[in-house]
Amino acid sequence: MEVPILRQGQYLIASIQSALTDADLSHLREALIAQVGRSRCRGVIVDVTALDVMDSFAVRTLRDIAHMARLRGAETVIVGIQPDVAFAMVQLGLTLKGVATVLDLEEGLAFLNRRTEERFLETKPKRPSERG
Amino acid sequence: MGEELRLSIAADVDVVEARQQGRALAAVAGFSSGEQTVIAAAISEIARNILMYAKKGEITLSLVQNGDRQGVSIIATDQGPGIPDIDRAMQYGYSTSHGVGAGLPGAKRLMDEFDVDSVVGRGTTITMKKWRRAI
Repeated sequence: MEVPILRQGQYLIASIQSALTDADLSHLREALIAQVGRSRCRGVIVDVTALDVMDSFAVRTLRDIAHMARLRGAETVIVGIQPDVAFAMVQLGLTLKGVATVLDLEEGLAFLNRRTEERFLETKPKRPSERG
Repeated sequence: MGEELRLSIAADVDVVEARQQGRALAAVAGFSSGEQTVIAAAISEIARNILMYAKKGEITLSLVQNGDRQGVSIIATDQGPGIPDIDRAMQYGYSTSHGVGAGLPGAKRLMDEFDVDSVVGRGTTITMKKWRRAI
């Protein structure tokens, strides 16, 4: 089951539609990282609303996606973790440390807008008048 | 009672099938949707372990009863290499396969009963149960 990856402006949105096998998850990671470069995007949203379970492999793959995308210049945010899935993750002792998570797609877009703006301001050379 | 669901685990689609069947059975047993997800996650971890270490094996799902308590039983068997050091394999974060090391200890955390029987060179059987909380 391939996960469709849509491009919206400077962002890529991977919207998981059903339960995924380990191979599907690995494929999603490869496809996203390749596409971050091809489309020169600044942000990645992975929508996991339809994911039935987040076990150790799924969590590790999402973490890898976020870290690899960051190395390629894009911020990642995971959206749509369901209450039951969050409950099982906590009981399993799994965390998404270092990975941004927000409630839904709308929040995800708002998050990326803020983050990419901050990044732009950080890297923009200051005008002489702004220097201390 | 008495009816068992035996599932062959030989490919990663079988892992998804096993956890979905496990969730369905947990629903029949009356578990909440949160607990159904917990049971599905535990099945996912041990089914993946079968694939990683033994390549193939079997998972048997059944409903169990103890007095007036209802629960689900999950038995995972394989004829793989066995686990040389069960104590270490049960340590969180320990893995011989570049994994997260959350498989066995994670599944144990999720379930009420968890038992590993493994003989090196012969195979591994994991038996785990979860009981419904009394209301």
